[in-house]
Amino acid sequence: MLNVIIGRLAPSRGAVVFDGKVLTGKKPHQINQMGVVRVFQTPEIFPELSVLQNVMAPAFAKRDGAFRINIWRSLESERGIEEEANHILQDVGLYERRSHHAGALSRGDKRRMELAMCLIQHPRLLLLDEPTAGMSRHDTNTTIELLKKIKARGMTKVIIEHDMHVVFSLADKISVLAGGRIIAEGLPRRVRRSEKVQEAYLGGAHRLEEATH
Amino acid sequence: MDLFNLPRRDWITFGLFALVVVTMPIWLTPLGASYPGLLQKFAIFAIFAIGFNILFGLTGYLSFGHAAFLGVGSYTAVWSFKLLTMDALPAIMFAVIVSGLFALVIGYLSLRRTGIYFSILTLAFAQMCYNLAYSVLTPITNGETSLQLTLQDPRVIDSALAARPEGLPSASIFGHVFDGFEGFYFCAALLLIAFFIALKIFSSPFGMMLRAIKSNQTRMNYTGFDTKPYALTAFVISGMYAGLAGALLAVTDPLAGAERMQWTASGEVVLMTILGGVGTLIGPVIGAWLIKYFENIFSAFNEQVLTRFFSFLPPEITEPVVTISSKFVGEGWHLTLGLIFVLVVVFLPGGIMEGVRRIGALFRRTTPPSAPAARPAAPTIQPAE
Repeated sequence: MLNVIIGRLAPSRGAVVFDGKVLTGKKPHQINQMGVVRVFQTPEIFPELSVLQNVMAPAFAKRDGAFRINIWRSLESERGIEEEANHILQDVGLYERRSHHAGALSRGDKRRMELAMCLIQHPRLLLLDEPTAGMSRHDTNTTIELLKKIKARGMTKVIIEHDMHVVFSLADKISVLAGGRIIAEGLPRRVRRSEKVQEAYLGGAHRLEEATH
Repeated sequence: MDLFNLPRRDWITFGLFALVVVTMPIWLTPLGASYPGLLQKFAIFAIFAIGFNILFGLTGYLSFGHAAFLGVGSYTAVWSFKLLTMDALPAIMFAVIVSGLFALVIGYLSLRRTGIYFSILTLAFAQMCYNLAYSVLTPITNGETSLQLTLQDPRVIDSALAARPEGLPSASIFGHVFDGFEGFYFCAALLLIAFFIALKIFSSPFGMMLRAIKSNQTRMNYTGFDTKPYALTAFVISGMYAGLAGALLAVTDPLAGAERMQWTASGEVVLMTILGGVGTLIGPVIGAWLIKYFENIFSAFNEQVLTRFFSFLPPEITEPVVTISSKFVGEGWHLTLGLIFVLVVVFLPGGIMEGVRRIGALFRRTTPPSAPAARPAAPTIQPAE
């Protein structure tokens, strides 16, 4: 589902429309430049770069567009972008480790860093694929708090998640998918009561899909 | 001014590098390598390796056909000598532009693929250039006899400015013909400019984007970057460096042969870069110097030299030692180089520069107990479902 929105897979039929513009058939970088940004289920980061550089790179994409030969100024003299990156790293709790190699971070920290990489672009639509998968309960709660904070800033998010704790703490609107079809949709209260959902949820490891606004 | 906007650390690197290059005729004397012909080669192949490293070290695209641009640069420079003037500057300018255009075409086609397919494509293009130079393009390349200056060359600009001198002219700059170490210092000046530009690229946001492409190209795309033009720009820049090196080869010796484009020449620059340290600024330069030193000095050693070298040993040991070690010098210099290469790749995957870094870390560990930042193993990240 997210792969279709983001342009990695083509839909078998139909089209993805965001803000009145068709996303289907566009290249990944074009979709990103339109303000649709994604966090992957397995963190996609730049392992050889430092944490700070990982977060600065997307800011350049936002400021300079998809391609610009920027060799006149050194990285150190890009104060504005560095400050913004530091600020966001403080938000996700990685500021102290900003000069570490990103590849050396723990999986949970990589996820938080990837979230920071997305947030620095101020996306209009943020797509999250199981943002807490594989995290401890404590880390999960920290991430939920973080996502709540982002929600307060008024950014639209789509979250794929099957951890009910996460889903019900964050969602405004939930769609439940089973076997590729929507079996229930609506406010959290109503979805929770739906018989079909209970059956699918108890019957197997079907995914719940949820959207928050 | 933005042109000279560099972090202090990089200025120190540049200062030290400039000092080492300028004093080369002095510190290479005890090593027997301080003669202009070899020093020029040191400077020229350092430029070639620095340029190659901008592509391979930063973006991770391994080109196996970079000698093609070296050859194109040489041919262009010699044609500039033949048709226009013996002045080195226009020759270098044309060579850089023409090899840049060549790189644009070959890069545009090759960069449609990544990994081994990219390497094979560049190798194929280079071998194509090599074979064309011997067959269809002989009117331009003069085939096996190599492109050389002749007395019948028009040299339009020179003829218009002054009477034609007797015999074959040599390359000059504003009418001044290089003499002794001047040719080396001319190449060294260009090496320093080339090194400075590489420093600028390495420390710039553009350089970081190229590193990010090497690190995770998928992430780059989903981060909103169009990675193709980035990689193509790196390819063209590195092709232009090769063109500059090729032009300088022609300036120091006005002759261009197709063997400069052969795949062994392309492989040599790969060796230089890996030996010195991929992705480091100084590494490729050290690699280039080491290989050229071996090729020119080590290959000239013979049994007499070895006997003199081992003369401190008792006479009964000297003979077997000389016999064994003579297999590794002279014609056998490839053997020594191969052994060094294997040792470096096995024990120092980061090249000679990693060895330098490790030694530096050892020294630091003995003084304050600050934890040296070990290079973390980079896990390969699989794309999400």
